[in-house]
Amino acid sequence: MTIQFILLVNKQGQTRLAKYTDQSLSVEERRALEGEIVRKCLARSEKQCSFTQHRNFKVVYRRYASLFFLVGVDDEENELAILEFIHCLVETLDRYFSNVCELDLMFNLEMAHFIVDEMLINGCIVDTNKQNILTPIQLLEKAM
Amino acid sequence: MSVRLRELIRSVRQCKTAAEERNVIAKESAALRNAFQDQDITYRHRNVAKLMYIHMLGYPTHFGQMETLKLIAASGFAEKRMGYLGLMILLDERQEVLMLVTNSLKNDLNARNQYIVGLALCALGNICSAEMARDLTPELERLLQSSNSYIRKKAALCCIRVIQKVPESVEAFQDAAAKLLADRHHGVLLTGVTLMLEVCAVEPAAVEAYRRHVPSLCKVLRSLLMSGFAPEHDVSGITDPFLQIQVLRLLRVLGAGNASASDAMSDILAQVATNTEGTRNAGNAILYECVQTIMGIESSGGLRVLAINILGRFLANKDNNMRYVALNILARVVSVDLQAVQRHRSTVVDCVKDADVSIRRRALDLVYALVNEGNITALTKELLDYLKVADAEFKPDLTAKIAALVQRYAPDKRWHFDSLLQVMTQAGGNVKEEVWRAFIVLLTNAPELHAYAARSLFRALRDNLAHAELSLLATATWYIGEYGELLVRGGPLLDKEEPLSVSAAEVVGLLESLLNRPGLQPQCRNYTLTALMKLSTRFPDQANRIKALLAQHKGSAQLESQARAVEYGQIFQYGELRTQLLEHMPPLDAAAYARSAAAAGTLNSAPAALAPTNGNVVKDLLSLDDDDDATPGTAPASAGNAFMDDLLGGLDAPAAPPGPPAAAAAPLDLLSLLDDPAPVASTSGAASQQPLDLFGLGSAPAPAAAPASDPLANLSASFGAPAATSVPAFAPINVFNKDGVRIGFAFSKPPGQPATTDITATYTNFGAAPVTGFSLQAAVPKFMQLKLDPASGSTLAPMGAGNATQQLHVTNSMHGQKPLVMRLRIAYTLGTEAKLEQVEVKNFPAGL
Repeated sequence: MTIQFILLVNKQGQTRLAKYTDQSLSVEERRALEGEIVRKCLARSEKQCSFTQHRNFKVVYRRYASLFFLVGVDDEENELAILEFIHCLVETLDRYFSNVCELDLMFNLEMAHFIVDEMLINGCIVDTNKQNILTPIQLLEKAM
Repeated sequence: MSVRLRELIRSVRQCKTAAEERNVIAKESAALRNAFQDQDITYRHRNVAKLMYIHMLGYPTHFGQMETLKLIAASGFAEKRMGYLGLMILLDERQEVLMLVTNSLKNDLNARNQYIVGLALCALGNICSAEMARDLTPELERLLQSSNSYIRKKAALCCIRVIQKVPESVEAFQDAAAKLLADRHHGVLLTGVTLMLEVCAVEPAAVEAYRRHVPSLCKVLRSLLMSGFAPEHDVSGITDPFLQIQVLRLLRVLGAGNASASDAMSDILAQVATNTEGTRNAGNAILYECVQTIMGIESSGGLRVLAINILGRFLANKDNNMRYVALNILARVVSVDLQAVQRHRSTVVDCVKDADVSIRRRALDLVYALVNEGNITALTKELLDYLKVADAEFKPDLTAKIAALVQRYAPDKRWHFDSLLQVMTQAGGNVKEEVWRAFIVLLTNAPELHAYAARSLFRALRDNLAHAELSLLATATWYIGEYGELLVRGGPLLDKEEPLSVSAAEVVGLLESLLNRPGLQPQCRNYTLTALMKLSTRFPDQANRIKALLAQHKGSAQLESQARAVEYGQIFQYGELRTQLLEHMPPLDAAAYARSAAAAGTLNSAPAALAPTNGNVVKDLLSLDDDDDATPGTAPASAGNAFMDDLLGGLDAPAAPPGPPAAAAAPLDLLSLLDDPAPVASTSGAASQQPLDLFGLGSAPAPAAAPASDPLANLSASFGAPAATSVPAFAPINVFNKDGVRIGFAFSKPPGQPATTDITATYTNFGAAPVTGFSLQAAVPKFMQLKLDPASGSTLAPMGAGNATQQLHVTNSMHGQKPLVMRLRIAYTLGTEAKLEQVEVKNFPAGL
């Protein structure tokens, strides 16, 4: 019941952030996987459910403007909780970047990673309280 | 001096083609390599960030791995943080470099600054290897009890990684994990429960130990449920759904199969189920988990009803996400509570036709689990209706499922036939080979259906001539070939069946137009040729037309089709023989077919080894395989191959022995299930071509083979001529038959030694009493030399249940001038009576 990967991919299929727990995939395989999944998700309409099966992953996805948040999980995972987690991640990013957009993430890739790392270790959720997540990150901003 | 990260990103963005992007990255990678070589410390931090970006784009970054280690060893927090991030992204646990980082990690785990410890824990939790896990376990145990919640929560998740890598370390954390339940910090609680779940997964004994914590877990859940608005953990009106879900999950593990634990948690589960609001996603996520827990533990009937009702609400929901999870739960529950799922059957069947492929797939899985003898007809009808409109991507799955259901639950054979025929008509290309092969076996065993099936398959083929796919073509051509006369003669009509009147010319015409279909697979063409050949005896008035049709293919570019056309053309020369050769196949033993299909894997090696000695022509003429390679042991053919085992076993006598596996394996590829033009009678014909083991099997029980072998020798000569590779072969003979004891001789010549003959003697006992102490002595004239190998056994089981073989090697110094002769002395004990028999063998085939 762990999260296998988190991907932020835009409509064109360009990866904006990728975090893998599953280390069995090579860099090339990951690129291919990302492309395939986005194409699959783009083909689905808004009304359809937010879950799709891809290879041996179940992909839970949510679209925010032009950006897809894709989370790969195994069969045991609670899909609705993952949707909620995606939303929590988006809210946290939103609070940090104040009104986050694709460019923010693109040019602050490492910050986005730091935030994800505060929320997730080895595919398990660490914390979902935005204050708890952002304090260590903002503390350093002030110090620098 | 390299550019800034922002500029790199910008220039990558400006690239219009992939080639341009590669160019930019290659340039930047070169600059980075230089910078790394120069030990550039000021920009190391920025360079690693660039590497991460390049890695995300999918380019190689291995050259920068050492830089991340240097950053980690730096003293500044910003450098360290970037270093650890680089470590997690650029490296994985398989890399040797990782070992070098263990020491830095150890230092940082012992650091005073909580955020540095946090960084180290995060990195360790993500990429720790088994060695690192062993080295750093003491640190983790200490950090798990730290007074700082920020460290505790990360340490707990780090422990999960350690347990995954080194399962035996689970003991060290088992009790410490449970202590985290007393924590007030939600992050620590959440990670603590996650750790407990992992411990339970690795060490099943821990479940028992953790059961005493059920009350405190219930308390945690209750306080979450009862607490008013808690801004720091509120998600759309619900307090920390993530923690609630994780606790429910742990309760499920602890309550499974344990009545008292289940009892202790039933109150709180009922509260969660009733008090959680199901209008928002967060609430539904909890309800979803709660229903699963209720169904997963030993809960009371009332609680179950509550859960089933929630499930009903989910299913009726308009939101597709909700329906998806509802189907998901139903699929998990189906083994526990079939009744509850059956209640929703119609909704589930509707979901199979949903516009959303995710939902369709879930529903299909569920329908598959739901089917039983009672509802198979109704559900299959639904599925078949849907098959007509299903999109191509979905069809393979659906066909496989329907075929499996039909095979498993069919109430009668006619229904079975009708359903599979529909599947084959609508999605024939997706029907697996073993399915239609089994289908044919079923049909041959249902004589009452022969006429009906022939008519239906004829209709199906006629109506779908242009686009029928492999499975339908194969079944229909085989069937029309085999039972074509029933089409014209017209068997009894079954209930509600439309009459069909066709003439022989129409039947042949249909196959002819099939042959002319553009793009017909070679395999199907071969089947059709065989079917036509069979029809030539069923419809004598069409024989000339068929002959002409076959002749058209004598020049086929496909080797297999060409061979068949030529060979079948030859058979036309033998009027009487042809009729015998093309008689109906005997019914095939369905149970034995299933068994041999399963055993085919093990038999496979034998025919492969024997293949080179087989007459090529015979193999091609009768074999199942259409591939041009000479090895018959290919996988798709195996089922049919093994099948021959039974065909041969069943053909000689009701009590005939199935033969030793090796001997049976040899003829396997000679005859075949599908396109075999030669029924019973031809076995000996095939045998006469077959130099080896087949004789042992074929001749001993079937004395008729010897006289029949003469005209067949001609036949085989005419066959053998074009095939330069075929070894001269000799018909097996029967040398002794008394008291039920039979001795058969089969012959082969070692290559290059025409004077030497290897004889395989097969001893079989068809009597009712067992034969013991069987021995055979042989004497030959002076111009011959004889060597006897030991026999494989001296006991022959009664009723042909087992046989023994013995090899005799004879060298005839007068080869070509004098034929072989041999005198045999046979001693055996029948029951209690000792017997001694002498026999002179003079009927050796000419040329030995």
